[in-house]
Amino acid sequence: MFESSLRQIGAALAARKISSVELTQLYLDRIARLNPALNAFITLNPELSLAQAKAADARIAAGKADALTGIPLAQKDIFCAKGWLTTCGSKMLHNFVSPYDAHVITQFNNAGAIILGKTNMDEFAMGSSNETSFYGPVKNPWDTQRVPGGSSGGTAAAVAARLCAAATGTDTGGSIRQPAALCGISGLKPTYGVCSRYGMIAFASSLDQAGPMGRSAEDLALMLNTMAGFDERDSTSLQRDTEDYARDLNKPLNGLRIGLPKEFFAAGMGSDVAKAVEAAIAEYKKLGATVVEISLPNSKLSVPVYYVLAPAEASSNLSRFDGVRYGYRAPEYGDLTDMYEKTRAQGFGAEVKRRIMIGTYVLSHGYYDAYYIKAQRIRRLIAQDFAEAFKQCDVIMGPTSPTTAFKLGEKGDDPVQMYLSDIYTIAVNLAGLPGMSIPCGFGENNMPVGLQIIGNYFDEARMLNVAHQYQLATDWHSRAPMGI
Amino acid sequence: MSLSTLDVEKIARLARLAMDENEVEAARLQLSGIFGLIAEMQAVDTDGVEPMSHSQDLAQRLREDVITDSNQRELFQTIAPQVEAGLYLVPQVIE
Repeated sequence: MFESSLRQIGAALAARKISSVELTQLYLDRIARLNPALNAFITLNPELSLAQAKAADARIAAGKADALTGIPLAQKDIFCAKGWLTTCGSKMLHNFVSPYDAHVITQFNNAGAIILGKTNMDEFAMGSSNETSFYGPVKNPWDTQRVPGGSSGGTAAAVAARLCAAATGTDTGGSIRQPAALCGISGLKPTYGVCSRYGMIAFASSLDQAGPMGRSAEDLALMLNTMAGFDERDSTSLQRDTEDYARDLNKPLNGLRIGLPKEFFAAGMGSDVAKAVEAAIAEYKKLGATVVEISLPNSKLSVPVYYVLAPAEASSNLSRFDGVRYGYRAPEYGDLTDMYEKTRAQGFGAEVKRRIMIGTYVLSHGYYDAYYIKAQRIRRLIAQDFAEAFKQCDVIMGPTSPTTAFKLGEKGDDPVQMYLSDIYTIAVNLAGLPGMSIPCGFGENNMPVGLQIIGNYFDEARMLNVAHQYQLATDWHSRAPMGI
Repeated sequence: MSLSTLDVEKIARLARLAMDENEVEAARLQLSGIFGLIAEMQAVDTDGVEPMSHSQDLAQRLREDVITDSNQRELFQTIAPQVEAGLYLVPQVIE
């Protein structure tokens, strides 16, 4: 059952071969056995999970099941879920039991899916290795000496270790795609505005986007069908007709035009990653695709632009954590300012403080035009590069991450080195485009390599088709870590 | 680009983050490295390029000015650090 697709699990539940309560218990037992070595979950609440499973069984018995009814899913701990501890990986929210549901959680609850637990993550989604979590780092199931990537590292590890049927992530600069690549799973960041940000704890609001993570493109399509949709409570949510993201899965790829950005295949990519990505492109040619070299000349600027815009928005968003209405408050303080300063100094970790300070500086008097507005102008240049490229191709492919999973502690105290591990993913967020990562082989030390697929705006169904056809022809996505 | 100790202290104050001397120095070195990376932007010619904040260049939606949510003060205050008589308590600000 742990290797079954969401569709297969749904069929087994519908045929009453297994109940949702039994299935949920199987997963909870598996988590109890395997999670201590991985630290993929921050919070488990079997009572809440099993109560949902019981309700799902009743719904199935009444013949009112949807595609995900009764299926145990994990939720990144960035999504507020009523009655669940929701920490966002931070000490600041160590005691925050959410009084409300995020829109994405409401969608899953309405579908009758089970929340199996809340997954570990970099603090406030700021990190590429999961090492900034207040609740300790997540270990990569392929090698527990290595990082799972970040910030959705707990979700990626949980999916890779088969601790849930599928799960959610969020992606501000690569936080779905990079951990998906490093853990050998599939992940999709939709077009900005497709999934509501309501109740998703904000990091950089003009970039944050929720998306599904799972073992196959087919599973991602089913997940996205539930997650996507207009929500008036998110002012940037897009009003669009409902789509079936699985509708094109079985289309052949004859005539597909794949753009290969020359900048992504230049210096900086590990030779093992290059080899796996090139083999994947060769497979696509066998499936009927043609390739064309494209150029994204401004993509090299995406890291500096991102490290202005994301911290600027974060410094504003995180000003709400003041120790007054919820979350952590310093135990001892003098006046009100002292209470704010001590609460924030003690409640935030080093990386979060660093980004708040960068953001505070670039937004401060006299620097706004030189940094924030300048970065927003270059952001448009980056988006225009993609618009030009999509005149020549249907999808863009390249590596998701320059290397496979690195060792815990390896990037040490140098934030700039860590930031550069998102070099291929960030431009997609800046442009607001959809991007995904699928497993395409193994590199050094037998660690997974991810192939990044970038689509034009609202082209998720085509990207899922492109990924699914590859997954029918290859079996990288169904490989599981040893001992799992 | 290199930040001074004074710069870092000012940023920390604006960001409401208490920092001791050692933390200020560590932050100064790391932030200087990051601003070195960010400085690459300044060489780019952006004359005539409009700033971009949303990929679809949407205008903000407006809605009728009507109440859409109910009062949940008691529920919300159950998770507050300190409340009394329905009010959030903070150190005294007016003598």
